[in-house]
Amino acid sequence: MIDFSLSENDQKILDYVRSEALVARKYARHYDENEHEFPPEALPEADQFPGVWGLMGERGEEDSGSSVIGMMVTMAETWGDYSVRMRKGRGVGLGNAALGAAGTPEQKEKWGHLLLSMAITEPGCGSDPSLVQTTAVLDEETDEWIINGEKIFVTTGCRADGVVLWATLDRSAGRAGIKSFLVEKETPGFVVAHKEKKLGIRADDTAAYVFQDCRIPRGNLLGGKEEIPKQGSGGFRGVMKTFNMTRPMTAAFGLGMSRAALDFTREQLEEAGVDLSYGAGVHGLSAAAAKFQELEALQEAAELTVARAAWMADHGMPNNLESSISKAKGGSGVRTITQGCIELLGAMGVSRDHLLEKWFRDVRITDIYEGTGQIQHMIIARTILDYSREQLS
Amino acid sequence: MISFGLTDEQEVVREAMREFAEQVLRPAGRPADEASELPADVMQQVWDLSLTSTQLPESVGGGGEARSPITNAIILEELAFGDAGLGLAAASPGLFAFAVADFGTEEQQKQYLPAFGGQKFHAGALAVLEPSPVFDVTNLQTTAEAKGDSFVLSGKKRFVVMGDRAEHFLVLARSTNAAKTGFGAVDAFIVPRDAAGLSVGDVELNLGMKAVPTVSLTLEKVEVPAANRLGGEEGIDAARLIAGTRVAGAALLTGLSRGVLEFCIPYAKERHAFGEAIAQKQAVAFMLSDMQVEVESMRWLTWKAASQLEQGTDATKAAVFASRYAATQAMKIADNGVQVLGGHGFIREHPVEMWYRHARTLSVLEGVAAV
Ligand SMILES: Cc1cc2nc3c(=O)[nH]c(=O)nc-3n(C[C@H](O)[C@H](O)[C@H](O)COP(=O)(O)OP(=O)(O)OC[C@H]3O[C@@H](n4cnc5c(N)ncnc54)[C@H](O)[C@@H]3O)c2cc1C
Repeated sequence: MIDFSLSENDQKILDYVRSEALVARKYARHYDENEHEFPPEALPEADQFPGVWGLMGERGEEDSGSSVIGMMVTMAETWGDYSVRMRKGRGVGLGNAALGAAGTPEQKEKWGHLLLSMAITEPGCGSDPSLVQTTAVLDEETDEWIINGEKIFVTTGCRADGVVLWATLDRSAGRAGIKSFLVEKETPGFVVAHKEKKLGIRADDTAAYVFQDCRIPRGNLLGGKEEIPKQGSGGFRGVMKTFNMTRPMTAAFGLGMSRAALDFTREQLEEAGVDLSYGAGVHGLSAAAAKFQELEALQEAAELTVARAAWMADHGMPNNLESSISKAKGGSGVRTITQGCIELLGAMGVSRDHLLEKWFRDVRITDIYEGTGQIQHMIIARTILDYSREQLS
Repeated sequence: MISFGLTDEQEVVREAMREFAEQVLRPAGRPADEASELPADVMQQVWDLSLTSTQLPESVGGGGEARSPITNAIILEELAFGDAGLGLAAASPGLFAFAVADFGTEEQQKQYLPAFGGQKFHAGALAVLEPSPVFDVTNLQTTAEAKGDSFVLSGKKRFVVMGDRAEHFLVLARSTNAAKTGFGAVDAFIVPRDAAGLSVGDVELNLGMKAVPTVSLTLEKVEVPAANRLGGEEGIDAARLIAGTRVAGAALLTGLSRGVLEFCIPYAKERHAFGEAIAQKQAVAFMLSDMQVEVESMRWLTWKAASQLEQGTDATKAAVFASRYAATQAMKIADNGVQVLGGHGFIREHPVEMWYRHARTLSVLEGVAAV
């Protein structure tokens, strides 16, 4: 049955997560301005907050599905701050998702406890990962892979215990030649070259890696399949499947912050005496109220596309199209919303006395990483047109 | 629990409506628009589907099924996918009948609803919009003044759908009782066509949705008995009534937009320029992907508001979001639909020029986006 209400349990969870998020928000500015400090594993207040897991255990029939509530919890977290959390979970890097999707049971067992970053992007390739230049060459004598190349924009690249990286066995094989490898920190020849300075999400470390004759055991190829498939890019597509949940999740990160921006803007407008009540037509509204409600509707729409993609995942439905829709909608939506909030609040919106200017900077990444908005539109277009990569690129 | 799952029954209804829309409404839409006339046979075929009567009480000859704004939203999307004009006309009896079913007293239901359970198409009309360009539903210019055991209505209405043939009008008016404001001051009155002081104008000539007859009403001290006030002494929940029309409008706009998208996809794959299908050009492909994103966004906003109506919670805000969002996006989608076809989009041989006019008209005509 179509339903958009929250169960008591859902509501309890979200209220709880928001209460943690409000505490985390107090530290947001500090870690924004002190870019080279990392937020702590746990905030000083953590002993007063038992964590959400206890509440998650009691879920029943009338509660939202696990992916749906997961997305909403994510939004509630970033509503506080993108990077600062009451407690930092371990083992939740992007590389962990890849390990979960592509690793053998033994590999998962061996590395599951590590915090793993994911390195695909290189100085010369981002949107088109088939251009990966980093090489992996097998040394049959020592049973080792020798990795050479550069990776950039690696999220949690400094703090991670290791990385899942994409390297090619054979450049001439294109996509089919690309494999994922796991490299632990401290491996000789693996250097964290530097940490980037960014527009936003500054408390998140984004690193550049250099691999120079870096030798890793033969068993570090994720999934263990060394042969290059002859036709098509089945293996590659398997890797790309990882993104079906990370795309709506990425949208959710941004939408938590744009929701925060809207809440702040509402407070300020109402305090200034702007009537934001609904029901009257546009002619019964001030220009500020009309604009604000338009942004709110956009937020709602974007959140619903995320919920849709997650709901499909909960029901075992293929959600490749819907994942890209949510990422495209969320990515562009959060830009419009935060830009619009600043327009509505004027000088207050750009002042560093408030977090709105930070949210404006922080959300901008949403439409870039995990596939830019254009890349999402390409996936959507290919799907509805029933086109191959060759027919539309 | 957040759920996008249709019931089995809703799946069946959706499938049946889609087929009807494709086979009956789509082919009839263009000729009806060109002739500015509702095809009586098509309207009767719609009537035979019992869209309105199914959800009316058995006591008045209805099907006795629970009123379901969600099921209606699903149906309206499909109807408008076929043709927005005929879809609105098909839905129009509900504008009157569902309001009476939802808010009317028992006597009012007994008196006015049986006609909607009958065999013959029965028009119903809801008069909301007014001639002023600065219309605001919470501040109506049409007034209702209590006078003894009756009410005196004065004012003007526009864009009254099916007003050329309706036997009764459900007229929204602002109570002159100063203690009430906003939606609280909005009352609805059942006004018979032959009421003294009521003049019904000629059928209006509109930009789009030309098959749908609309008229203006002038009410000059029209006196109706207190028994004609919908809901009797309690009156109506006007916020809910308006939220209902907004959701209906949003559903129609979603269907219209999906129609544009599904028409443009095969066209863009077939049409070639510069050595490949125009759909292979990103500038065109991205117009289509954007339509897909927005059609889904519109639909979820509509469903959310509809589900709140169905659950009886306050749907005002969700309905505002759905209707305004849908109005904006439907216009953009219809606009891009013309662009995808280029010069051919401007020619009346293709439906996109009609949909472009429909999109602009529907959001106003339904009394939705603007109110
Ligand atoms: C903070 C941050 C964190 C990141 N984290 C990670 C990470 O953990 N791991 C990782 O591997 N990468 C990460 N990235 C990299 C990110 O995924 C890429 O930046 C992104 O995919 C875009 O690639 P690019 O920067 O090379 O841009 P380009 O690919 O050069 O794109 C530039 C512009 O061209 C457009 N474009 C490209 N191709 C097409 C096309 N075919 N059609 C239409 N338009 C096109 C793009 O949409 C974009 O607007 C991160 C980046 C940032 C900024």
